[in-house]
This record gives sequence, structure tokens and C-alpha cells, in this order.
Amino acid sequence: MTDNPNPLPSIIPEKDWKKIQRMLSKRSLWMIHFCTGCGAMEMPPTMTSRYDMERFGIIPMATPRQADLLLVTGYVAVKTLKRIVRVYEQMQDPKYVISFGSCPINGGLYWDSYNTIKRLDKYIPVDLYIAGCMPRPEAIMDAFLKLMKDIDEGRADGWLRYRKYYDKYRANQMRVFKRWDE
Amino acid sequence: MSIVNILIQSTLVALYLFLAICIGLLFMGIARKVTARIQNRVGPPIYQNFIDVGKLLAKKTNIKHNWIFDFAPLFALAGVLLALAYLPMGGYKMLSGTGDLILLLYIIAIPALGFALGSGASANPNAGVGVMRALTLMLSYEMPFLLVLLALMIFYNTASLSTLLEKQMSFAWGIVALPISALAADIALQGMMMEKPFDIPIAPHEIASGPLVEFGGKYLGMLMLYSAGSVVLETTLFVDLFLGGGVVLNPATYGVVAYVVNYLVWFALIFVVWMIAVFINAVFPRFRIEQAFKFYWKWPTVIAAIGLAQAYIMSVFLGVIP
Ligand code: SF4
Repeated sequence: MTDNPNPLPSIIPEKDWKKIQRMLSKRSLWMIHFCTGCGAMEMPPTMTSRYDMERFGIIPMATPRQADLLLVTGYVAVKTLKRIVRVYEQMQDPKYVISFGSCPINGGLYWDSYNTIKRLDKYIPVDLYIAGCMPRPEAIMDAFLKLMKDIDEGRADGWLRYRKYYDKYRANQMRVFKRWDE
Repeated sequence: MSIVNILIQSTLVALYLFLAICIGLLFMGIARKVTARIQNRVGPPIYQNFIDVGKLLAKKTNIKHNWIFDFAPLFALAGVLLALAYLPMGGYKMLSGTGDLILLLYIIAIPALGFALGSGASANPNAGVGVMRALTLMLSYEMPFLLVLLALMIFYNTASLSTLLEKQMSFAWGIVALPISALAADIALQGMMMEKPFDIPIAPHEIASGPLVEFGGKYLGMLMLYSAGSVVLETTLFVDLFLGGGVVLNPATYGVVAYVVNYLVWFALIFVVWMIAVFINAVFPRFRIEQAFKFYWKWPTVIAAIGLAQAYIMSVFLGVIP
């Protein structure tokens, strides 16, 4: 398991470097929202003047390369899952995932649907779930604050889990996809 | 020159460039705060951009394309630092030469070209579209800007930045003598800084932030430092050309005090120029590229041509020689 290297190992102790890194990434979460399902509707009020998430340094970014935080907003169809995995793998470490609503937790309304997955956590590591159908902007803000606290305490380590158990995640993904290129 | 002198000189240069980048980051943070207040939001703290750059530079980066792609952020940052070294900031100038106003025009294009090179090397179609738009935008705002420069050179009868600053200090600021050209230059500046009516190359909602699309992690951190530098570069360019570069006291007579006062005045002036751009940015939607092109070759060009005529009449027929 590799971590981000310390630029000045002789001056900054390894523990402090981790702390600095966590402090920085906590205060500047750039997110990319993958608008599946119904959840995208709740993002505009969270971004604009009513709830204004920019005051915590959270801004929407255009591409996965630039983002740290992936929002999966709603049910995940099998076709969509492939795109989500692609997006997740393009993001740069450290990266975090929040999933919205009850659908990515246990299938929710779509629990018996033939083409949605039931648990997102089997395919990519999720750091935080927001329950509700649909969670209101207050709940989303609450989740952001909780995630910031988790990052600070080093508990949001989904990206490390993804590296460690990559084979298992990949096996789970392949069970759904059958083929990677279609 | 002795070794000690060279060391002192290079420390001073490094300090100046470092300060310029810091001011750029601070200005970007202030812009975010001001925009948020205009939109009735609270907005991030003004030091937010320092945190962003720190985070980006502390991220692990595993993007692989080719060496040109790796090279591009360095190229852009180095280009912007070189251009800053040529530009007098608060009257203090690190590199100089005769005719450096023309040289500066070439140097300013270097960082943008490096940036375009890197994003082209990433082979992403969005980046290609963004680069094409950026080059078209450059073509459109350079027309009025060159006319403005011509007016300044005719009126002040020099192509050297230091002489221009001296003449502005002893005679009158460019904005007083040539107000029409100053207006054209400010419109051109909006496009040069890629602020809102002209943020066509990096339109995040249309082409996924254009040239930036493949950059992430450390690359993006370097590019953020580059854009901080270019904020200072472009505002300083306007201040040097039309607001006397912030030089109010002559360093020859007042010594160190003059340098400090000039630096502070320069800071206040670039802040004002930046705020004008930010206010316009906060309330305007975006042009399409062909609209921007038509706009620039119509209105600012006409205004700049009138300014050129004014400069010519004043210096040749009325005999106003600064
Ligand atoms: S949890 Fe409810 S609102 Fe969200 S995607 Fe599922 S059905 Fe839609």
C-alpha cells in the first residue's frame, strides 16, 4: 500500500505530513457529480445562494481528473456502473465517494429491477451514505461536514481500501459487466 | 559585479516573483469572495486558493500521456515568470532592454502556447476545441491591443517600458492623456484574462474546462500557479501602460522609501483593475467564439483606432510632447 510521498522527509515528520495533507484535502473538496437517477435535482440548491457549499471550499469540477469527491446521485443501472467505475479510476488519490439516497444502499425503490445494482459498496468503496428518498440539501450539507470530519480523523480511507482489495472489487465488477468494452 | 551582489540580486528577484504569485492567488480568492457576495452567497475565505494549490500539489498524480504533456505545466509557469521579470512591478524591474514593449508582446504569448502544447498532447477532443478557441480569442483581442500599443508608442515616443514609466511620472498618466485608448485596452484586457463574456476557451459547462480537461493533481497545481501569475501579469500590463505603473515617487531622489511606496501604490492599482474585471465577470453570460471575434474586431478596434488618431493629432499637429 503506497501513500503520497513526503516531499521533505528530513524536515517534516511522516505523521505531520499526513496531517497536513488531510487538513488541506478537507478544506478543498472538488467534486464531480455523476448525475444518475433523481438526486441531481438536489444539487443546484446546494450549490447556489440558499445553501452555498462553496463556503466550505466545495466546488463542482468539470472532469474526473480534477476532482477529489465523487457524488453518485441515485440508482445505478448496470450500464451506468461501468461509467462510474471509469470515472472513479480516473480520479487522483486521495479520493472520496458519497452516495445519495436509498437506491445505492440496498436497491431502494428498484430493489427487484433487472438492470440496477443493489449495493454500490460492492463495486467501488463508498465513504459515506446519505439515506432518504431523496435527501434534502440540509442532509447533503450535513454529509459534507461529516465527510470533512472523517477526513480529518483519517477515517475516510475508501481509496486505500480500493487499492488493497482491488482484485475483489474488480471481480465483483466483472460479475456484472461480463465484458469491459461494450 | 561581485558574487555577493549577484546573490543579493537573485534573492530579490526570487522574492519579487514569489510575491507576485502570492498576490495572484490572493486576488483569485478575493474574486471568488466578491462573486459570491454579488450572487448573495457567503463565499469561501479569501485564502481558499492557497489551500487549493497546496492540496493539488500534495496529491498523488498518475496521469500518463507523453513527455510534452508532463513538460507543459512547467513551460507555462516558467513563461509567466519570465514575462513577470520583464514587467516593472511597482517601478522595480529585473530584466530590461531597449524596445522591450515589443519583446513583451512575444513573451506574453509563450505561457499560453506552452499550455496549448500540453493540452494538445493529451489528445482529448475537448482540449483540442478549447485550444482552438483560445487561439481564435487571442487573434481577436490582439487587434485592438496592438493599435493601443501603437498609440502609446507614438504619443510617448518610446518603445521602452522604463522610459514609458518615467515619462508618465513626469508628464501625465496614459489614462489622462489617452482615455480612448485606455478604454479599448481595458476591453481587450477582459479577453486577455478570459473573464466572463470571453471565458470561451475554458467554458466548464460546454467543453469540460477545455484545455484543462486532462490535467489533474500536481499538473493542475502548477497550472493554478500559472494562472495566478498571469492575473498579476495582465493587470500589471494595464497599470504599466496607462496608470504609470504605480510609480509616484522617484527612486533616484527618495531611495528605499520610494520603492516601498511605489510597490503599495502598484498593488492598489492592480487591485482596482482586477476588481473591474471581476465585477464584469460576475454579471455577464458567455459569448460564443464567433460573437467574441466579431465584437473585438468591431467595437474595441474602432475605439482603438480613434485613440490612435487622437494620439497622432496630439503629438504631431498640436505638438504635445511628454
Ligand atoms: S433513492 Fe429515491 S430519489 Fe434517489 S434514485 Fe432512488 S428512487 Fe430516486
